Amino acid sequence: MSLPFILFFVFALISVGGAILLIVAREPIHSALALILVMMSLAGLYLMLGAEFIAAVQIIVYAGAIMVLFVFVIMLLNAGTEERTDWSKIAKYAGLPLGILLLLELAHWMAHSLIGQTPANGVGSANVMVSTQDLSMQLFQKYLFPFEATSILILIAILGALVLAKRDE
Amino acid sequence: MEFVTQHAVLVVSLVKIVILLFLTLTTLAYLTWFERKVVAHIQSRWGPYYVGAHGLLQPLADGVKFLFKEDVTPPGADKFLYVLAPFLALSLALTTIALIPFGPATITILGQPTQLIVANVNIGLMFLFAITSIGVYGVALAGWSSNSKYPLLGGLRSSAQMISYEVALTLSVVGVVLLAGTLNFNEMVGDQAGYYRYLPFIPRWHIFPQCIGFLCYFTSAIAETNRVPFDLPEAETELVAGFHTEYSSFKFAMFFMAEYANMLTVSFLATILFLGGWLSPFPESWTFLQYLPAVTLLGLGLYLGYDAAVVARGIARIQLIVITFGALVLGALCLLPAVMAVLQGPFWFLLKVACLIFFYVWTRGTLPRFRYDQLMSLGWKLLLPVSLANLVGTALWIVFPLLVKHG
Amino acid sequence: MSVVSISYYLVLSAILFGLGVLAFVFKRNIITIFMAIELMLNAVNLAFVAFARAWNQLDGLVFVFFVIVVAAAEAAVGLAIVITIYQNRHSLNIERVNLLKF
Repeated sequence: MSLPFILFFVFALISVGGAILLIVAREPIHSALALILVMMSLAGLYLMLGAEFIAAVQIIVYAGAIMVLFVFVIMLLNAGTEERTDWSKIAKYAGLPLGILLLLELAHWMAHSLIGQTPANGVGSANVMVSTQDLSMQLFQKYLFPFEATSILILIAILGALVLAKRDE
Repeated sequence: MEFVTQHAVLVVSLVKIVILLFLTLTTLAYLTWFERKVVAHIQSRWGPYYVGAHGLLQPLADGVKFLFKEDVTPPGADKFLYVLAPFLALSLALTTIALIPFGPATITILGQPTQLIVANVNIGLMFLFAITSIGVYGVALAGWSSNSKYPLLGGLRSSAQMISYEVALTLSVVGVVLLAGTLNFNEMVGDQAGYYRYLPFIPRWHIFPQCIGFLCYFTSAIAETNRVPFDLPEAETELVAGFHTEYSSFKFAMFFMAEYANMLTVSFLATILFLGGWLSPFPESWTFLQYLPAVTLLGLGLYLGYDAAVVARGIARIQLIVITFGALVLGALCLLPAVMAVLQGPFWFLLKVACLIFFYVWTRGTLPRFRYDQLMSLGWKLLLPVSLANLVGTALWIVFPLLVKHG
Repeated sequence: MSVVSISYYLVLSAILFGLGVLAFVFKRNIITIFMAIELMLNAVNLAFVAFARAWNQLDGLVFVFFVIVVAAAEAAVGLAIVITIYQNRHSLNIERVNLLKF
């Protein structure tokens, strides 16, 4: 048992546990906190994969902005616990098995794919951090057009949120 | 012993963390004393006076009081979150201090090259913002889990305020990042060394080219730390005490400490980004300035000694004599060449931070509280556009010479 | 057991994605369903970062960047929609929002 191995399993367990908690929790705010837990542990995994900038962005944008928005809306509406209605029959008898099947299949192919055998941490791995400079070179040269396109996307999102939030006169 | 030599890095980090934590917690306690004293003098009062000489034992008395108060949990509160919130707030606020460099990149202590920083991260600035951006949850969860309307309103206000001002805060700093070309704190301070070529008496601190950025930064920082004049989340005239209305005893103290720790972090960051970190504003040829830490401590010791001999009476006199003795011994220690070399960086760093903290308290003592809509429109309609314009201006300033040079 | 290979990360990503799908299907609160989408996006991000590491190329990280931006935009609009729905229906239960149901 090496250190990367232990770290990976700690983060993996936290993230899976958080995801399960998200499903089980009845208060929306508990679900939100569980999701934040998932995001934080994913940030840890990104760090292990050498993507420190992405890890920081993950925490700043996901945990620090998007999830704050969620928590904010939950607090604002204060709608109480989730009502459990009877589950739809299709979801129960077809959805659950199919979902698990999808999961198993994805996991199977990913585990046996050729690229999956590349070591990520420990012996034989390229143990380097991706420098922020290299990342920004990619972002602002090769992907300049998509980058500008996303800025327009954000602009549209802001306008959309404003239109939706505007009170009727 | 073998373990120690094998895991030297780990042990050194641990020792650094323990020392830093101890110093920070003590400083936090005495910041309350400092603030009360300064605000009192602004308002022509004496401030803490009775507990110890100059009220110096007041933080201790407050701590004991907090510990022995009844710890109330309101009925209907979400117990887990109610307990989690103050821990989250305080631990996140304290974590950021691990990223702060207090002195030059490498200095030699006991023959070992050491860094005066716990975690020297490549993208320190990003990580600091990451940690502070999570700090909102402490306040928001406290407001929500108390199951009471004032805390809920306070929590809502504060999360809205903090995410609004975080935008302006981050944008105002990007100008400095552009100038320095790095996200690492050590390199950022290193970038500010030296003097301007045509104005050889002005140090190359980022505050001079980035004065607009600094103003935006500091204004948003005050809002971000929920301090007067932007302390809407805990406006006592409207919301009783805002998000920590229902908190008592030590949990309340934790929120209190978190607020001061955030204040400290923000001042540290301002010092690193804009005020040249641990660099001295004076030229290196002025070697006599090396004695400044020692002279400050000795001067303090002499003043307190005079105080003890002439003014103070009773127990206060004994306390003052002890403090005088301590200050004199520390001052004498600072005269040792080895200690003096180590202390240069931290001395200037902490001096600048102390000025910023004083500024914080000064604003608290003099400015009235904003109204909520004023706060929001200030953030979104003034600070955000101005810091954006500053960012664009800085980018042009950097790119234009390159364009001229390369056509 | 000393090497963590890329496949570990990919399997974890698959598990998280599957849990996201489950949450999406089984939760009844609009906000929680929204969170399930975010969970799925996160799982995909993990796969992207793992692939970037495997091929030693940065494109995967840039994609993650874009995914995060899109998620942010989506959250802003989506939550505005949620608030409007709540104002009209006084409930966050997805089954009460059935006017368009055939």
